[in-house]
Amino acid sequence: MTHISVKVDGTTYEDEVEPRLLLVHYLRDRLGLTGTPIGCDTSNCGACTVELDGESVKSCTLLAVQADGGEVTTVQGLSRNGELTELQRAFHERHALQCGYCTPGMIMAARDLLREHPHPTPDEVRHGLEGNLCRCTGYQNIVRAVLDVSEQSEQEVTT
Amino acid sequence: MIPPAFDYARPSSVDEAVRTLADAGEDAKVLAGGQSLLPLMRLRLAFPELVVDVNRIPELRGVREDGDTLVIGAMTTHHAVITDPLVRRHAGLLASATSTVADPAVRHRGTLGGSLAHADPAGDLPAVVLALDAELVAQGPGGRRSIAARDFFVDYLQSALSPDELLVEVRIPKADGWGYRYEKFHRVAQSWATVGVAALVRRDDGHIAESRIALTNMGATPLRAQAAEQALSGAGDPEAVA
Repeated sequence: MTHISVKVDGTTYEDEVEPRLLLVHYLRDRLGLTGTPIGCDTSNCGACTVELDGESVKSCTLLAVQADGGEVTTVQGLSRNGELTELQRAFHERHALQCGYCTPGMIMAARDLLREHPHPTPDEVRHGLEGNLCRCTGYQNIVRAVLDVSEQSEQEVTT
Repeated sequence: MIPPAFDYARPSSVDEAVRTLADAGEDAKVLAGGQSLLPLMRLRLAFPELVVDVNRIPELRGVREDGDTLVIGAMTTHHAVITDPLVRRHAGLLASATSTVADPAVRHRGTLGGSLAHADPAGDLPAVVLALDAELVAQGPGGRRSIAARDFFVDYLQSALSPDELLVEVRIPKADGWGYRYEKFHRVAQSWATVGVAALVRRDDGHIAESRIALTNMGATPLRAQAAEQALSGAGDPEAVA
């Protein structure tokens, strides 16, 4: 067992973990933060995307011990006092989700994308989210939601 | 999905990492970005007894110039490579090929050194360093040695590194003024190349003075297309081929 100290969504946790424990299992099984789901076992789907020290990572492809001393943000740490973030609201308003399973990872990846490219083109949004699979939406409304937040015009969105 | 149990070491210097590897023998694995190793361990295709995490060794990160050479620390992430101004200026082929690797989250963790040491012929960067005539510097218990990219890739998933050696940096001759292109054919976003081609061309007076072409996923290792390079030498109308 290895001791870790990790800040998740603003709370610092001190824990003893097995080195082989994946970060996603630590978040879900140990901390009960089940807003971060698992959609594959090959690092493709991106459902488990969280932010570690300011960068998006696939939490299924990271050991919990590697987050030691770091700061993790999950989708559950985004809203403040029950107030949704702009991105969460845009996903709601643009019907950018159906079953909701990819949504946490999609929102975390979109957040990362907008930080790096505040005004992306539709093409850049699609490329920026290529690590995140969705079975329901066909992506169209996800792109619209992200562009809404980036303040692109409707015309650009639909072309 | 569940990796097998292993012991975990987190050295804070290259010397300590090399000592740890030497003491452990062949059942140790270096954990760099983890974007190839952890998937293999989750599927239990790899089951090292000891995992040596080299993520907390600052000297392994970063890009610097050394005269006509660009020196990239083995633990420099793909994302850092793509956004580095020195890489863009002096090794545009590397920046452009790296931006086709996997997806943004994977590029935040995956490293240049890890992609090379993994020696997967389907990886994009082995062919790129082969085309760039890079030197790969490894440190072992006996000190450092430099391995030419053409000697580094030995076989499928097998590099010239011995188990007690750590890849510490990649030295790339600056390719200022060369035209370049990495062309990757893949089935869907984030999949590995079905095939890929890394090409560099230096023009002189309207003709091709020199060209270097390396191929991704067309053999057990990345390959140099030497006959094609020779055929291009001296060819005119470089716009048509570059």
